[in-house]
Amino acid sequence: MPRHTFVLNGKPVTVDAPDDMPLLWVLRDLLDVTGPKYGCGVGVCRACTSHLDGAEIQPCVVPVADCARREVTTIEGLADGDTLHPVQQAWLDCDVSQCGFCQPGQIMAAAALLKKTPEPTDADIDAIENVCRCGTYSRIREAIKKAATAGD
Amino acid sequence: MAELSRRRFVVYTLAASTLTVAAPLGCDAPAAEGATARRSDVVVTGTDDEMLVLEITRDNKVRVRLPRVEVGQGVTTAVAMMIAEELDARLTDVDIPLAGARTKGNQYTGGSNSVSSLYGPARNLAATARARLVTAAAHRWRLPARVLRTRDTTVVAPDGRTVTFGSLTEAAARVRHPRVSSKPKPASRHRVIGHPTTRIDARDIVTGRVRYAGDLSAAGAKPTVVARPPTLGGKVVSVDDRAARALPGVLQVVRIPGGVAVVAESFHYAFKARDALKIRWSPGPLAELSDAAIRARLRAAVPPLGRPPRGSAQLEERFEFAFVGHAPMEVLTAVADVRARRAEIWFSSQSPMGAREDIAAAVGLPSSAVRVHVVRGGGSFGRRLNHDAAMEAALISKKARLPVKLMWSRADDIKHGRMRPAFQHRIRVSHAEGRVVAFAHATASVSEAWEGKSAQGGIKGAALSAAGSPVPSDSGLYNFGKLSGDSGSVELAMPLGAWRSVDSGTVRAAEEIVVDEIARTLGKDPVAFRRTTLRGKAVKAVLDKAATAGHWGRAMPAGQAQGVAVHEEYGSCVACLVEIDAADPRNPRVTRIVMAADVGTAVNPRGLEAQLMGAAVDGISTILRAGLHIDRGAVRESSYADFQWARQRHAPLHFEAHILPTGGEPGGAGELGVPAAAGAVANAYARATGTKPRRFPLNF
Repeated sequence: MPRHTFVLNGKPVTVDAPDDMPLLWVLRDLLDVTGPKYGCGVGVCRACTSHLDGAEIQPCVVPVADCARREVTTIEGLADGDTLHPVQQAWLDCDVSQCGFCQPGQIMAAAALLKKTPEPTDADIDAIENVCRCGTYSRIREAIKKAATAGD
Repeated sequence: MAELSRRRFVVYTLAASTLTVAAPLGCDAPAAEGATARRSDVVVTGTDDEMLVLEITRDNKVRVRLPRVEVGQGVTTAVAMMIAEELDARLTDVDIPLAGARTKGNQYTGGSNSVSSLYGPARNLAATARARLVTAAAHRWRLPARVLRTRDTTVVAPDGRTVTFGSLTEAAARVRHPRVSSKPKPASRHRVIGHPTTRIDARDIVTGRVRYAGDLSAAGAKPTVVARPPTLGGKVVSVDDRAARALPGVLQVVRIPGGVAVVAESFHYAFKARDALKIRWSPGPLAELSDAAIRARLRAAVPPLGRPPRGSAQLEERFEFAFVGHAPMEVLTAVADVRARRAEIWFSSQSPMGAREDIAAAVGLPSSAVRVHVVRGGGSFGRRLNHDAAMEAALISKKARLPVKLMWSRADDIKHGRMRPAFQHRIRVSHAEGRVVAFAHATASVSEAWEGKSAQGGIKGAALSAAGSPVPSDSGLYNFGKLSGDSGSVELAMPLGAWRSVDSGTVRAAEEIVVDEIARTLGKDPVAFRRTTLRGKAVKAVLDKAATAGHWGRAMPAGQAQGVAVHEEYGSCVACLVEIDAADPRNPRVTRIVMAADVGTAVNPRGLEAQLMGAAVDGISTILRAGLHIDRGAVRESSYADFQWARQRHAPLHFEAHILPTGGEPGGAGELGVPAAAGAVANAYARATGTKPRRFPLNF
């Protein structure tokens, strides 16, 4: 079994897994990191959205082999200890969540967007593809704008 | 509402070493049978039984095991607020774990009844506990109880001394005669109820700590998926699993009624092995049936409307609504550990009592040997009224002799999944001398044909009350003269289910579209016409609020328009004003939504706003975008790529909800907004484009 080493939420981890095993199942089934959710397995719903070297990825369609020696960040690693990331804080302030299942992915997508585009327009926010079946989109928009302001 | 306020609330003290009080639940049920004779110190053996039970723990937590499921609707937060209010506890000290399946009582999450059914019992329970805690503190300090106050999960003496509830709980458990009132506060003194409050689980959600069924490591359960037939209800003819079993990480392959299950060390291996199974399937019972034929059969099943009043002119419209998946973000998932003499199941269930019975029967155990743990769900919208996946998981665990964690794939969910039935409506408005004199509405919907005892599990009948039930227009929302209604159905062997707002989602949406049509026919403005024809004061008030706040009638550029609709149900009412940009009619964007609701007391206005916001997106999705096609007995769609649920770019850029501060008993809110939002989106689209949309979703 091939061995893969990468940095997960700031700590090096090594797993024995086939090269083509999606990062999502490595995280969830081998490492018990369950913040990234399965919602479709084909990179469409984006409930698993996490970061690879700081950029947005969908771990359900990224083979673990592609992560070798790189930095994977999941929702569990976004906060700085007890200090929430500004996007998480904005999510709390706006009480965005309903069922909560898509929100780790939404937050990771928003954090990646703000890193690239610190002052996103409505069109930038509209480009986020993550599905929220509860329909929290208006509060997501509000929270992203709030987090963008907090970063000033 | 008067009915509820007349109800007496009985609260029991349970024999326990820490303060534990219980109130019977059940909407209209009298006090618990057998317990009525013994008013206090009732020993409830076993678990909570049919009670709502509150315990003050020694570590100063308030714990209430809730016989409901949290699926995002915010019931745990609302109940925590009721408890915190009456106890004067900090919200962060209140824990609301979900109760496991019980043997009796009301453990049903549905019909938007949770808050209204819990509002009395929860507050009485907490007020009783508070009275005992205060009395215990009075004994300890040798002070009159009436001079003591409660604040932040403590009792406070006039000199400022405080003692936590936790350190009083043992003494309070022995208090027989509370020295202060056990009655809930008047609403005028509410400091929690009615105040916008962030969800109690919000921080756990944003940090990824919340655990759903698929995140549990219970029982060492092994990842499991099922290969399912290409058509609805298809059956396995033969299976060659040699290649699948030879793959790494595969533990077991077993046949179940719905297909072939693979148990593996990881979902990665489970999916790979599933795809390596060589299965011959027989076609399902609908294999020759497609949408066109279903539509034709529905059309024929719509009952006749009867004769219109003599001398009246007629406006008649027909509507068609496609099947719609529930598609909660969390696919159906269940952990099952079935042994020779007992079984334990973990999953998210709106009806765990029925689930336990069905699972016990399926695996051949007495229901007393089956333990069902209710887990929070990642959305539901009615989907978790049925327990299809839990039944399968139990059967797989029994056959494979392994604890299993069964997960439906998203394709399983969309293709085999339970759907809102396709509906057709025929509505005729009779008018004379500028007034509506009769309103007739006939419907037909697909209903689920049951082949004997279903192996899929579910609420039969109760959740699918379409056939034969009176349409909501019978309640006479409008002053439309003679009302009549009838319904027909087409029975098909399809997995259907109650979908948020159930029949009202199409019935009332269609009616609101017709109300706009008749207003136009009579040369009236849609809001002005509703204002003069609506019967209820409350619904007129929400309409006025939405129209004012939403600037009804403001000038809009070509291709853009406003639309409005109202709805009344669950003891609540709502109005929705939508602005749409349909300059490109094939790619409309709802730009703004203003809703106004009257639900009596809104326990958590922020939670209510969230429910309305979600309902607005349901309206956008079901009217403009998202439905399921049936092609030769199979659902065409298979993921969110083709089941076109709204994304951020389809949601309104601006949303606001106004909650009317009317007070009184709380009504239902979870499903309330759907019909109004759907109707308002359709009406806005019609006005923006000058078209008459009659088949939904439009972009299908």
